[in-house]
Amino acid sequence: MKKNIRFVQGNEACVEAAMYADLDFFAGYPITPSTEIAELLAYRLPMKGGKFIQMEDELSSMCAIIGASLTGKKVMTATSGPGFSLKQEAIGFAVMTETPCVIVNVQRGGPSTGLPTSGSQGDVMQARWGTHGEHAIIALTASNNQDVFAMTVEAFNLSETFRTPVILLLDEVVAHTRERLIMPKPGEIHVVERLKTSVPEGTDYHPYLPREDGRLPMSDFGGVHRYNVTGLMHDMWGFPSNNPKVVYGLTHHLVDKIQGYTQEITRTKEFFIDDADCLLVSYGSSARTALHVVENRRARGERLGLLELHTLWPFPSDIVRKSCASANSVLVVEMNMGQIFQEVKKAVDDPGKVFLANQIDGNFITPTDVLNILRIIQGKGA
Amino acid sequence: MAVKDYIREKFFPHIWCPGCGHGTIMGSMIRAIENLGIEKNNIVVVSGIGCSSRICGYLDFHTLHTLHGRALAFATGVKLSRPELTVIVPMGDGDAFAIGGNHLIHAARRNIDITAIIMNNNIYGMTGGQYSPSTGYGDFATTAPYGNIDQSFDFVKLAQGAGASFVARTTSYHVNAMMKILEKAITHKGFSVVDVLSQCPTYFGRKNKFASPIDMLNYYKTNTTPIGSEAKEKNPDLIERGIFVQEERPEYCIEYDKIIEKASQRKVTNGKV
Repeated sequence: MKKNIRFVQGNEACVEAAMYADLDFFAGYPITPSTEIAELLAYRLPMKGGKFIQMEDELSSMCAIIGASLTGKKVMTATSGPGFSLKQEAIGFAVMTETPCVIVNVQRGGPSTGLPTSGSQGDVMQARWGTHGEHAIIALTASNNQDVFAMTVEAFNLSETFRTPVILLLDEVVAHTRERLIMPKPGEIHVVERLKTSVPEGTDYHPYLPREDGRLPMSDFGGVHRYNVTGLMHDMWGFPSNNPKVVYGLTHHLVDKIQGYTQEITRTKEFFIDDADCLLVSYGSSARTALHVVENRRARGERLGLLELHTLWPFPSDIVRKSCASANSVLVVEMNMGQIFQEVKKAVDDPGKVFLANQIDGNFITPTDVLNILRIIQGKGA
Repeated sequence: MAVKDYIREKFFPHIWCPGCGHGTIMGSMIRAIENLGIEKNNIVVVSGIGCSSRICGYLDFHTLHTLHGRALAFATGVKLSRPELTVIVPMGDGDAFAIGGNHLIHAARRNIDITAIIMNNNIYGMTGGQYSPSTGYGDFATTAPYGNIDQSFDFVKLAQGAGASFVARTTSYHVNAMMKILEKAITHKGFSVVDVLSQCPTYFGRKNKFASPIDMLNYYKTNTTPIGSEAKEKNPDLIERGIFVQEERPEYCIEYDKIIEKASQRKVTNGKV
């Protein structure tokens, strides 16, 4: 076996990618089905001089990574549904203070304790709106180990580029499926380093004044610039302000810096979409089932296609609209009651042609589940 | 350097009410830092939410004004990732022992080298005077209009029980003693908790028949006594002040360095350690 080919779980692929992206600091709390990420990083991080800490709860794990990020480190935490709920206040703090960090949510059935060992995609909307207040967020997902690796690196890259928390929405099926992972060579995937200020010591440094390109260079805590970081609305120096102009400007900045770059943030995969008369739209583990259906039906000459979303937020409305334009029907495949289905309906010109194939009983969505809906769409009866 | 070299003068006057003890604590803290001669760039102050937390804006260090109760969790991230920095965490009584109680006991248990200063005014001041975990039985607050039936925490005993390796109590009346205690707390290699009794004439005082801040300071003068004093034997109701615990115990960041040392000798082969 070649050395760069591994047989691993999705959670391991995520850890390998985090190490590849130069992760320095991880804080977490044990929770199924994400625990392997913490276990592996407890081994791996100190080997390179990085730090791992198991905190007393989910809230403190989220807070600890923000503290570490402000000292200039690349940071991550991993959790699942209940833990993701607990982290929300601090995720909002990272949004407000524009602190780069990666939050992995290995989705399981919910609400509440729900189904700890079953796959689900029920946290899509929580990733978008879980923390209170007006804001924008980046959320990525993936359906197989190779893409889990790529999207984990991407999560770090986008979090540094846009100075924002990035949520990596995996799910139990992807996290625990063992399959091949071809380890990318160093340099094969671009890794974005933190953009640090070039303002010299003794010169006024504005931690929250965007450059012309919209980016905000950072200065590490412990460095030569002493500034304030607060969860309150703040001015360009990081000091609290309730001046309506400042509040208006900051709110717009926090939203626009992400929504305005939707195209740059969007990652998708397309399978046979050019001539598809029925287009499946899917993401995460559900996309594995969707792809199976598409390949199978293509072999029989049916014109099915698949648009797989890697970026869920900001929602890639333009690409979805364009991809769906020439299809007669659109079938969204997901494991919830239609969280992305509703977004697709909003995005397309003719919402009437959008249908949902879902599974919410804790079982993984199967090709039969999708085919049953396809038969109805194609008028072949239930 | 003078005291004013440690503050961000343009944000003064501060928002604390006339007669509040918090400014006195900030003054002692600055003098302690000055006496220790710690470089400003090497100090990170992390606060939570409440009256106490506003200290961050006034101090010319790296300052992090976080979430209610979570200051120690943020501070743990800062300290563990950069152990060479001096990390000081001023918190209110509600901040530290109600909403943030879990973080405090665990930071104490880990013995991470952080100095927690409890600006303990027995009340939630920022929200207008609700009872806190240090409001006494029978005291009044806006949420205890018939008198408080909650028992209060003894912060010193709690910190001690949780494993803090430095535990002290002082008051905003004993300014010089406070400064000396803070110097020792900041220098101490491990988790330090300093409970500083601080008067809140506006909310605690008004509800509890303390006519003025001077009355409250006089209360600290006459109702506290050094640890183990004769006065305490005669009057067990007196509150003891001074250093209760000062012990050397394994410090978390130093222990983690040993983990790094062990781990760096291992190799990853094909993903297996």
